[in-house]
Amino acid sequence: MRLRKVVRLRRVDISKHELVPKHEVLSEEEARRLLEELNISRGQLPKILKNDPMVQKIKAKVGDIIKITRKSKTAGESVYYRVVVGE
Amino acid sequence: MRIIPKKVEGIKFGLLSPEMIRKMSEVKIVTADTYDEDGYPIEGGLMDPRLGVVDPGLRCKTCGSRVGDCPGHFGRIELARPVIHVGYAKLINKILRSICRACGRILLPEEKIEAYRQELRRAKRIGKSEEPIVEDLFKAARVVKKCPHCGEEQLDIKFEKPTTFIEDKQRLSPIDVRERLERITDTDAEVMGFDVAVARPEWMVLTVLPVPPVTVRPSITLESGERSEDDLTHKLVDIIRINQRLEENIEAGAPQLIIEDLWELLQYHVTTYFNNEVAGVPPARHRSGRPLKTLAQRLKGKEGRFRSNLSGKRVNYSARTVISPDPNLSINEVGVPELIARELTIPVIVTPMNIEHVKKFVRNGPRKYPGANYVERPDGARLSLARVKNIDELLEKLEPGWKVHRHLIDGDIVLFNRQPSLHRMSIMAHEVRVLPYKTFRLNLCVCPPYNADFDGDEMNLHAIQGQEARAEARVLMRVQEQILSPRFGGPIIGGIHDHISGAYLFTQPGVRFTREQAFHLLYASGIAKPLPEPAYVEDGREYYTGKQIFSLLLPEDLDLTYRAKVCRKCEVCKEEACEYDAYVVIRNGRLEKGVMDEKSFGAFAGELLDRIVKDYGTDKAREFLDSVTKLVINFITWRGFSTGIDDEDLPREARERIAEILEEADRKVMELIRAYNENILEQLPGRTLEETLEMRIMQVLSEARDKTGEIANEYLEREERRRKHENSARIMAVSGARGSLLNLTQMAACVGQQAVRGERIKRGYSGRTLPHFKVGDISASAKGFVRSSYKQGLSPLEFFFHNMGGREGLVDTAVRTSQSGYMQRRLINALQDLKVEYDSTVRDTRGVIVEFRHGEDGADPSRTDWGQMVNVKKIVQRYARKEAA
Ligand SMILES: [Mg+2]
Ligand SMILES: [Zn+2]
Ligand SMILES: [Zn+2]
Ligand SMILES: [Zn+2]
Repeated sequence: MRLRKVVRLRRVDISKHELVPKHEVLSEEEARRLLEELNISRGQLPKILKNDPMVQKIKAKVGDIIKITRKSKTAGESVYYRVVVGE
Repeated sequence: MRIIPKKVEGIKFGLLSPEMIRKMSEVKIVTADTYDEDGYPIEGGLMDPRLGVVDPGLRCKTCGSRVGDCPGHFGRIELARPVIHVGYAKLINKILRSICRACGRILLPEEKIEAYRQELRRAKRIGKSEEPIVEDLFKAARVVKKCPHCGEEQLDIKFEKPTTFIEDKQRLSPIDVRERLERITDTDAEVMGFDVAVARPEWMVLTVLPVPPVTVRPSITLESGERSEDDLTHKLVDIIRINQRLEENIEAGAPQLIIEDLWELLQYHVTTYFNNEVAGVPPARHRSGRPLKTLAQRLKGKEGRFRSNLSGKRVNYSARTVISPDPNLSINEVGVPELIARELTIPVIVTPMNIEHVKKFVRNGPRKYPGANYVERPDGARLSLARVKNIDELLEKLEPGWKVHRHLIDGDIVLFNRQPSLHRMSIMAHEVRVLPYKTFRLNLCVCPPYNADFDGDEMNLHAIQGQEARAEARVLMRVQEQILSPRFGGPIIGGIHDHISGAYLFTQPGVRFTREQAFHLLYASGIAKPLPEPAYVEDGREYYTGKQIFSLLLPEDLDLTYRAKVCRKCEVCKEEACEYDAYVVIRNGRLEKGVMDEKSFGAFAGELLDRIVKDYGTDKAREFLDSVTKLVINFITWRGFSTGIDDEDLPREARERIAEILEEADRKVMELIRAYNENILEQLPGRTLEETLEMRIMQVLSEARDKTGEIANEYLEREERRRKHENSARIMAVSGARGSLLNLTQMAACVGQQAVRGERIKRGYSGRTLPHFKVGDISASAKGFVRSSYKQGLSPLEFFFHNMGGREGLVDTAVRTSQSGYMQRRLINALQDLKVEYDSTVRDTRGVIVEFRHGEDGADPSRTDWGQMVNVKKIVQRYARKEAA
């Protein structure tokens, strides 16, 4: 019988990775203000899947709006918002 | 008109059921004859009046409407025997192989089927493609030999394109096929991707054929009075004929063989009716031998309904002809041949203020320029002036509220376009200049954005018909508004070729003009400014330098310094003391130091032009370009400038040194090969020994080529000074007008290594490239190094290698253009409705946000400094100078 080699991966904190931008859940008040400012409904925001690793990491629920702060080549730092959706 | 906003929730595709076909049909078509002897359509024929009207004046027998209002109505042909629908033959094959020949169930155990059902449901919910799941099911069911439901042994089914199915050497007739498909349960059909409410599998085998309305296949009456029918009608006639014969034979109890032959023929006609380009089926032909254009051919391809009628449309008020250059036009202008100006019209609404003016156009009519081709009454009726007999009578009636479609005249705004329209600068608005002859003419500075040259290029012109469109075109699309490219934030419109070499020669130190010459040049370039004090006086004559005259084109308070294209990038820049005059200094609008070249006002590179557009506006930039063009072109025309093969002449000494370098390189290559063979070659990290050797050889050879280039350039320059005669080829390369130093190197010194796929040439015979070499020879000359220069000429072997490299280049460009064209179409389809809103978000038509700030920084690249938001160095420089003043 062949022995199976067991590889145990160290649990990695993906949020610490250089290429993963900062994800935060907006409070209800912040979310309301954002939608009002943009004059849109939740459905008109870009989406992010609820089983996205970062979404799970920050424990966001379906319907939550996530603020993503990324490094940007043109602007230095840029902000993006996504609403969490089920599949 | 009130607009009722509606949202398309979705589109559902299904199959037509036989019942559906019968229900939507108004007539059962029974006879193959179309018209009787008197030319009236026969009832029950393919031109049955109940199928809709095409003749004006008649009313539809079905809906009572006239031509235009009657949408046309379907008929049907009841097929004597069912036939396979070619479009679905492949799917039918997959299904037949996946279901039991006895009970019709999917050849998988119940649990498996259920698992697929679940997976499909999931895919549908999250909007994923269902196709791969169904494909997977077909793949799994195909291999099952025994039905898990009824235990029936399965036979192998072969599919013979296009419409034949053979089960264990026994042919399955469409009737058999249909029976099997009928046996599939609704739930099983769903797992195979069918929505049974709109598509039952057996509907893929036709028992009734819908006959499209006559409006879809109108007949045309030829000049001779003869009627010519549409290809579809011809095909339907064939189908009906065979169908009838088949039916008669069946009724008469004809032998099976005859019936099968006719059935096969019916299948052929129905197949080619759907698609006349099916592989393995001879296309049905017209009497003339031309293949018929049937249903699929109407939709497919570049000439099909989608690409030619829905994605693209032809327009009126447009013209196309060859282009040619004219430096005397402004960049904003386009020269339009009078012939075209007389054909294209602009609608002018008659008012009390312009009525007399407009009457002149009407009086001139369509032939005399500037005239008019039509007048339009307030009710919209158009009167062609070519047909009006009494013009005076018409002029009497002409009053405010009418429209006159007058010829194009100088100053009209038109759109000008060159294909392929890859960026927004491919369509720009120009002002018309009506000129003699037959070509469109344009200023050379607008060649780069259109990517135009004059080797036979043609361009399109569109006369704008509405006031809003005209205003928008003028404000947004005018050439001068497009000088700065949104791609890199620098000028894309600017000098090319002789503009650059002309300016370079004009601003050389030592170039001088007498007062008279200076005035000539200024007059030719349309500059009305007083001459400054002469630079110097010699023998009582006043002289002006080129730099002085050039300064007159510059804004009076312009301050600017930059390094010209000719800069040698010396270790320590001597700046204003640069011995090559490559450090440009402009103070208070005076060109004090430096020469003008590509970096000053060339397209894609012009620093000076860039500064003028950004600081002084597009009007000033246009004036600058217009006058530079005229000044410099006049100068270079007067001075003369020409290149010939003697521009690549090298003195003996140079040729010897080049030969020496190449010899040396050859020696080094042999040295490397020896080191490799003796296994003392030092291996590069991450490379095999062989790769290391190749890389080192390539490096040695390319260094050698570069060195020969340097020598060539050195001697060309030395000769220039010695003979006090410029080398035009070198001047063009150095100033950025045309060509590069590499081009010069290849012409004068050494062409260098030829490559295929980035490697030295290796293909050909086993172990060698050509039979002239020994097997295993990897010396420079055996692997495509071209020692000769283009001027010397290539040896036959070198020539062969050069062809190999050249061929790859050609193939690459051909492949690249087709691939990038496809990518462009995909990108445009995805991006066409996105819009930057006033709050700088990017949204689609549903208001869904794509970006919260366009480009993340909210910047318009054409308003940036070559893509940079701020250039601190430039700002500091500018204020330091202001401080000093
Ligand atoms: Mg061309
Ligand atoms: Zn009708
Ligand atoms: Zn079975
Ligand atoms: Zn320099």
